[in-house]
Amino acid sequence: MAVDTPEKINAQIAGLDALEIQVKAKRNIPAAIWGRVWPMLLAVSIVLAIWEAVVLAEFWPEYVFAGPVTALGELGTRLGEGEFWHAIATTMRRAVSGFLLAIVVGVVIGAAVSRVKLLRAAFGSLITGLQTMPSIAWFPLAILLFGLTENAITFVVVLGAAPSIANGLITGVDYTPPILLRAGHVLGLRRISLYRHLILPASLPSFLAGLKQGWAFAWRSLMAGEILVIIANQPSLGEQLHYARELADSARLLATMIIILLIGIVVDVLFGAADNALRRRWGLDQRIG
Amino acid sequence: MTAPTQELGHGRTEGPAPAVRLDAVSKVYGRGPTSLLALDQVSLTAAQGEFVCLLGASGCGKSTMLNLVAGLDRPTAGTIETGGRQIAMMFQEPALFPWLTVTGNVELALRSLDRRKRRERAAELLDVVHLGGFAKKRPHELSGGMRQRVSLARALAQEADVLLMDEPFGALDAMTRDLLHDELERIWRERNLTILFVTHNVREAVRLGDRVVLLSSRPGTVIEDYTVDLERPRRTESAEVAKLAGEITVRLKEEVSRHGR
Repeated sequence: MAVDTPEKINAQIAGLDALEIQVKAKRNIPAAIWGRVWPMLLAVSIVLAIWEAVVLAEFWPEYVFAGPVTALGELGTRLGEGEFWHAIATTMRRAVSGFLLAIVVGVVIGAAVSRVKLLRAAFGSLITGLQTMPSIAWFPLAILLFGLTENAITFVVVLGAAPSIANGLITGVDYTPPILLRAGHVLGLRRISLYRHLILPASLPSFLAGLKQGWAFAWRSLMAGEILVIIANQPSLGEQLHYARELADSARLLATMIIILLIGIVVDVLFGAADNALRRRWGLDQRIG
Repeated sequence: MTAPTQELGHGRTEGPAPAVRLDAVSKVYGRGPTSLLALDQVSLTAAQGEFVCLLGASGCGKSTMLNLVAGLDRPTAGTIETGGRQIAMMFQEPALFPWLTVTGNVELALRSLDRRKRRERAAELLDVVHLGGFAKKRPHELSGGMRQRVSLARALAQEADVLLMDEPFGALDAMTRDLLHDELERIWRERNLTILFVTHNVREAVRLGDRVVLLSSRPGTVIEDYTVDLERPRRTESAEVAKLAGEITVRLKEEVSRHGR
């Protein structure tokens, strides 16, 4: 029985490795973008067509329900005005600062609850319960506590977003694969190093999902808050909606709504891109076929 | 050529002090009437530099034994001595961290070194397992056999004297497994490692082991301790390996059929 020399074995190993490594197909970027964009354009055109059809059917007078051409025209004019940009800036500032605060609160609560058994027994289901509480139900209390101020809005935004973020972290920690925990133990990871090198990175996908959901709650709470809590001389998107209704300016109302929708879509795309990047790096995106 | 040693569980009573010694180790899972006796009074020693294969059917507690030696679990009774040796372990799955590159995974075992040394040492170890060209890849980009070699490099990075291997090549195709046997044998000899290697593949055990320890199932106890004194390097398909593997298989089947009655 011939025994292979080390050189031969090395050559065989190299050969097998070369055969087994995945060949990546080159992506045609413009084609890939077009492939994503045209279905969206199609969807937008269908929505605009239905909108126009409803307007043409004249269920409501034009000043109550403006058509897409009027509304988009109004949007164009509004985008030329400083006040509208000011409103967008105020809303985004509130959204981002409220969301960041919610991340801090959510991470602290999530870390504590996932780590301490007693806290989990006590607060685990309460956190999930808070998630299901409609955020608008908090506003009367928030207004009593903080008055008609930005603090009232921030309070509700944080309450809306933090439970989702905490839950994302808790789920991530819980679902750290046991085999990795065993490997980590053998590698000598304990306590802080265990969290730093294993549990926190392992919980990242779930944490990201929690952030995405938290953002959605924060954005909804913020819009509800801005309609309810109107602060003088501080235009915001919610406040714009409120006044457009008071003035029965339906074109302006719809133009503002389109902006709110667009901001929501853009943020969702950003979260989606982060999620995709993570999946690609971790090799979680291997589709069948 | 081979003979079961007289004293079960003490393959080599003379010679250097054992690297691993299990003394009357028992392990019970659960409590009360539903409890399960996984290991019953198992005694076993492995000398420094010895390659010991643990062989048995399902439920013989071979993985439990490794977990106990690795400190992943505590024995219910008995003692385990490793003389303070550094212990590394490989699992059936590569258990690599998917968020780290190949180098990053190996460097995780080198946390005590500074950054530059860590990088150098990881590169050396990846060369040892012939993966020098794949340092920047992520685990999911590699094949199963390559991942297991990264896992081996990570285990070697721990500067361990004792390497515990829990069916590390069980999920690989025959050709890759053959090559990894050659690799493992080379690394074992170069580094004078003590290896406890769990498998249910009789030929693999005979191919690799200085000793093949046969365990009974439910509860796990040592029933035979074969010394394999075939010349190395061995081939899995050689007649000598096949002959001894045949003998052991007969004994293993006897043991398994005992449970059907």
